[in-house]
Amino acid sequence: MPKYLLLKRYRGGPEPHRPVPPIDQWAPEDVEAHTAFQHHVSELLESNGEYVDAQALSPARTFVRYGGPDAAPVTTDGPHPETSDLIAGWWIIDVDSHERAVELAAYVSSEPGPGGEPLYEWIDVREVMWERPRTTDPA
Amino acid sequence: MIGEPLAWDEAALRALVPRVLAGLVRRGEDFDAAEDALQEALLEALRVWPEHPPRDAHAWLSTVATRRLVDARRSEAARQRREEAVEAEPRVGGAVIAEEGDDTLFLLFCCCHPELPPASQVALTLRAVGGLTTREIADAFYVPEATMAQRISRAKRALAGPPARRLDQPGDLAVVLRVLYLVYTTGHAGRVDLTGEAIRLARQLTLATEEPEARGLLALMLLNHARLPARFDSEGRIVTLDRQDRGLWDTREIAEGVRVLQSALALERPGRYQIEAAIAALHDDAAGAEETDWPQILAFYDDLVALTDDPVRQDPAAVLGRAVAVGHVRGPAAGLLETDRLREVLGDRHRWHAVRGHLYELDGDLPAAATAYVEAARLATNVAERDHLVRQAARMRAAAAGRP
Repeated sequence: MPKYLLLKRYRGGPEPHRPVPPIDQWAPEDVEAHTAFQHHVSELLESNGEYVDAQALSPARTFVRYGGPDAAPVTTDGPHPETSDLIAGWWIIDVDSHERAVELAAYVSSEPGPGGEPLYEWIDVREVMWERPRTTDPA
Repeated sequence: MIGEPLAWDEAALRALVPRVLAGLVRRGEDFDAAEDALQEALLEALRVWPEHPPRDAHAWLSTVATRRLVDARRSEAARQRREEAVEAEPRVGGAVIAEEGDDTLFLLFCCCHPELPPASQVALTLRAVGGLTTREIADAFYVPEATMAQRISRAKRALAGPPARRLDQPGDLAVVLRVLYLVYTTGHAGRVDLTGEAIRLARQLTLATEEPEARGLLALMLLNHARLPARFDSEGRIVTLDRQDRGLWDTREIAEGVRVLQSALALERPGRYQIEAAIAALHDDAAGAEETDWPQILAFYDDLVALTDDPVRQDPAAVLGRAVAVGHVRGPAAGLLETDRLREVLGDRHRWHAVRGHLYELDGDLPAAATAYVEAARLATNVAERDHLVRQAARMRAAAAGRP
């Protein structure tokens, strides 16, 4: 019963299979269909008993680092390069196998884009590490 | 009587769950509805019993659950008046299962139905046989309670209706054993100790069946569980078998495990759990790591891999365990050679690289050991193991560079 993160990006990742304009330039009904699909995915996962978490992230970002002893935290002013990776959100699922996670990720990627056609978005599938050590000794 | 000490704690109550539930299901009630009704009866018991302890707890639960079932059917009937006449009749044909056999066994066969996915088998077993609450099961698996509730109710719906066939076939016992071992290896988190729960369920199973593999599984759990107190240091870091403080091992659990194993082996029908338990017993038996009887362990691994026609594909974990034993008996190079056969099947798993790291370390090839441990750490899916493997790699690098 491993957990997986299905990660969506605003940008970054492999070359898009179907390049599309930003969502604010889509027809209103296409935007509606797209967001309705996101809700549908969450409901589907809940009814399957596979849902753990879903979050969407705002694209605004601040990079922060330790400033050193007695110094304020250092933040970057931006802007950040357009090529950098930008996470949009995720689902966390609890499933029987890696195969099932891949199947669900492919379904997520079939989300409707402009004209109602699938987006073919690349979904980053990552296994969540199990916090608890196993109960048998490794050899 | 008022003033009498409370005789019914939660554990005693939970122990009654399988008997009462099996009684209801055998009488022809739907598994789904009966389980819901029993959960309500249990809540009622926790509320009422401290003031009014029952004379016969089993009968009390059964009566209250039956009343709940009748209530549920009555409200259903109110919506569909035509069924009202049927409602008074006892339902038949729900389960055409013979009365014989133990209740626990019967329920385990239901919950571990081969057509349910493993996650559902585990959840249903913990709820219907173990008597854990949905909240506790959800905590143990780090999922939201609503998700676990949904998983359990889907599984129960899948079991609703008459069983297509008798469930007590030998093949199904193998599924039950696998589910219980899965519960055991999931370990413990928060308030719920699944290792203890798995041992409790396995012990119940051995009372219900003569099958030696059930005893083999119980022995395996006990013999592994005995080492649990030594397996982590005070910081929660993994301590490998060769470095464990053996004084921390639970000798009472080891003695019980050995006794259970011997009673299984006496039946002379060996199987994988008995063999794995025998290997665990040999580790437990050594007063120090250097006294481990590796030749005997290797002999048991030979038996283990002989259980399947194509062990590399069908049981690669056994072949990998055997490679470690080969390394200790015939030398690390021989052990490494054994792991080569598994490269195609296990080459992308952290355990394969961790074992090779161990064998390189035995061989004194510290740079190769470090490389293998690093690769194992990269592939690990468990935080404690990843941290352990990173430390091993760092230890190898430091030793290779001549640092202390």
